[in-house]
Amino acid sequence: MSLIELRAVSGGYGQVNVLEKLSLSVDEGEVGVILGANGAGKTTTLRAICGMLDRCSGEVIFDGSSISGSATQAIARAGIAHVPQGRGTFGDLSVDENLRLGAISRKDQGTEADLDRWYEAFPRLAERRTQAAGSMSGGEQQMLAIARALMSRPRLLLLDEPSLGLAPLITRDLFDRLGEINRTEGLTMLVVEQNAGLALEIAHRGYVLETGRIVAQGTSDELAADEDVRKAYLGF
Amino acid sequence: MGLFIDQFFNGIGTGVVYASVALALVIIYRTTGLLNFAQGEMALFSTFVTWWFTDQGLGIVPALLVSIVLSFIAGGLIERIIIRPVEGPTKNPLSVVIITLGMFLAINALAALIFIKPGQEALQMPLLFPSGDVPGIGIQKAIVGRAAVLAIECLLLWILLQKTKIGLSLRAVASNPESAKLVGINPGAMLMLGWALAAALGAVAGTLAASRGTGAFDTSLMQQVLVFSFAAAALGGFDSPLGAVVGGLIVGVADSLTIQYVGFLDGIELAVPFALILIVLLVRPNGLFGRNIVERV
Amino acid sequence: MTKLPWFRIVAGIVLAAVALALPYFNDPDINTVFAQVMYLAIAAMGLNLLTGFNGQISIGHGAFFGIGAFTSAILVVDHGWPIEATIPVAALISAGVGVVVGFPALRVKGLYLALITLGLAVLFPRVVEKFVEGPGGVPLLQPTRLQVSSTISSMADDIYRYYVVLLVMALLYFLAWNLLRSRAGRAMIAVRDQEVAASTVGVNVAGVKISTFALSAAYAGVAGSLSVLVDRAANAANPLLYFQRSIEFLIAVVIGGTATIAGPLLGSMLLVAIRRRTSDTEAMAPALLGGALIVVVYVLPDGIVGGYLRLKAYVLKRRAAPPAPPPSANDVPNPTPSTPSPT
Repeated sequence: MSLIELRAVSGGYGQVNVLEKLSLSVDEGEVGVILGANGAGKTTTLRAICGMLDRCSGEVIFDGSSISGSATQAIARAGIAHVPQGRGTFGDLSVDENLRLGAISRKDQGTEADLDRWYEAFPRLAERRTQAAGSMSGGEQQMLAIARALMSRPRLLLLDEPSLGLAPLITRDLFDRLGEINRTEGLTMLVVEQNAGLALEIAHRGYVLETGRIVAQGTSDELAADEDVRKAYLGF
Repeated sequence: MGLFIDQFFNGIGTGVVYASVALALVIIYRTTGLLNFAQGEMALFSTFVTWWFTDQGLGIVPALLVSIVLSFIAGGLIERIIIRPVEGPTKNPLSVVIITLGMFLAINALAALIFIKPGQEALQMPLLFPSGDVPGIGIQKAIVGRAAVLAIECLLLWILLQKTKIGLSLRAVASNPESAKLVGINPGAMLMLGWALAAALGAVAGTLAASRGTGAFDTSLMQQVLVFSFAAAALGGFDSPLGAVVGGLIVGVADSLTIQYVGFLDGIELAVPFALILIVLLVRPNGLFGRNIVERV
Repeated sequence: MTKLPWFRIVAGIVLAAVALALPYFNDPDINTVFAQVMYLAIAAMGLNLLTGFNGQISIGHGAFFGIGAFTSAILVVDHGWPIEATIPVAALISAGVGVVVGFPALRVKGLYLALITLGLAVLFPRVVEKFVEGPGGVPLLQPTRLQVSSTISSMADDIYRYYVVLLVMALLYFLAWNLLRSRAGRAMIAVRDQEVAASTVGVNVAGVKISTFALSAAYAGVAGSLSVLVDRAANAANPLLYFQRSIEFLIAVVIGGTATIAGPLLGSMLLVAIRRRTSDTEAMAPALLGGALIVVVYVLPDGIVGGYLRLKAYVLKRRAAPPAPPPSANDVPNPTPSTPSPT
């Protein structure tokens, strides 16, 4: 049962098409990963889902309904949380405020409970609750961005290059946690990553992009096992 | 020494008005990233509206409250209809200047056309505060009253911005509009809110300015105030509300003391805020409290 | 093979003839109005050079106008100079102040520069008020009728003034037109559009910006000087006057046509025409003009002349290249472009 599906999506910025008739899907409860070299269109794919492109044709279907053409904020309220490349934290607001903003569109009363929960899961954030987000290290900001996304109790979590700029140990820890959250909560994820090895470990299904088109796809085991794919696109 | 104290508090009295307008300027700057040259005239129009309600028989406080509400609505509409297409860091600054100057002219003229009968020169605003000094302290009631109004404004603003969800959303949009969308906030609504708040603040500032001395005022009421308010905002840092208040009071006091003590500047006290703006923009563009704003070459 | 632009040449001659003959058919009052339009057009052209062609925003050119006006007035009233001789002096002094303002303008841009120039326009009348005292203690200098009368004995005063202003305007517009076609002019425009790129090809950006400031200030100063001849007064009693002047110039430029030659003149004509049409209701003109400014930004960003030029170019393009044949079903769609794009 696919939670998010792209059908023949083409689009890009200004006059330029980055994606060409892209089709992919991720089932509920799964982790999907998008791999490929720089410039392949990975980030653009996530932005297409969130309605952040200048031009976009084709269909984006979330939980059975079309969200093509919807405004970014409406898509966010529908249950898709996007952790953009570069974290997108609110630099001059405090850690606590950043987290509360994650929950700002929620209608229920569970915000305080969730805050406690994620502070417990990420103690470093709890230590820095009143600190300005922009003054933290890259790894801490990444944690903050993910926690903020989780605060919105999303149905789908989009992560754009979470390992970018992070030390290997921290990245390892990050992916372990992401995998854990997926297993225990059943949270559907779509992760864009350059670090294919780590990503495939937690993923169920993968897509390899090149110049805006899918050139290989399959379950993570299939992709990891395929020699040609590994050598050409995954670098190992 | 007594004269000094007098002039000091006089300065606080006028500084409060500058601070209110500067606060409005700062809110607009933080949310929509531009300098609103029409801020004074918007406040002027609101002041005329206040006056009109008093002319219809309302007391000055209810009239002011009504004017605040109407200005709030108008401010939001102005942002949505006139300003929205030219705001944002990628747009042409000349367009912003032209539009806000166009508003400056048009709003000032509309106020005259709508509210002033031919032959009439100045209008009369009832006084907000009784005249005379506060017993015990030698300070005029009007000055204390105005300072109290400013303090209430600041308190309400602080509560709104720091303690409510809407205030947090507003600050989020000011901080990172794209991420604000990603958490489900509608940035357009917040931009309108910013202008609405600024317009409401302007209504208070203008009424305070008119309700002074004899209460007589005309369409030139806010034109001088504007330069002083810009100086206050520049001094405090264009993105700092605290800076606007502190800056406004400093400019007011400095002006008052200059008039009294610096003889050779007699008649050109306006040089002080002007020089202030120039020096701040050249030497320390962030002002006293601002963070990262003016693009310097 | 270049065709002589006959239409243009004939049109030019006709216009010149009309302009020269005009004053003889009108009342002295009307001739004075024409002269006012023309000195306004000179100031507006100065502002256009700075803001339209060089991208530096100024809402303080009224101050330079005032500097020119008071320079001439002081020289005429206090020192007995013939007014015509004061014009170059006014130009020089305004240019000098322009250089001084041009320096901080290098470091402060866009809205902030506008703010500083605003302060200048508001400050100017105060400074004058402090240092200049006419009879009655008011900062108003009024040359006598004789001091601004015609130097040609057979010509009436108003006609003489009209011709002086016309001559200066024609000269300065010609100068501007030439400048913009020269290397210096291209440098001005390059600095406006792509400052960094301009500096990498050897343009002295600071030099260009400061000289443009000085030149545009000089234009405004000349306009101010001429205003003393035409209006027989230099008046700083109204503290907001020079701010209003600054806005007038901007209106003329923006509505007439930013970055065009004819724009400032057309804008000045419109401005004065609207003023006169609505003179019985004092606030009507600023209401209309303010509204026009806003509308122009949205509907005709290049002003009237700019819009006309764009329309002309569009029409010419359509005539020159017939529409391309519709793509056939067998055409291969565009391959993905080579421009680098984000992942």
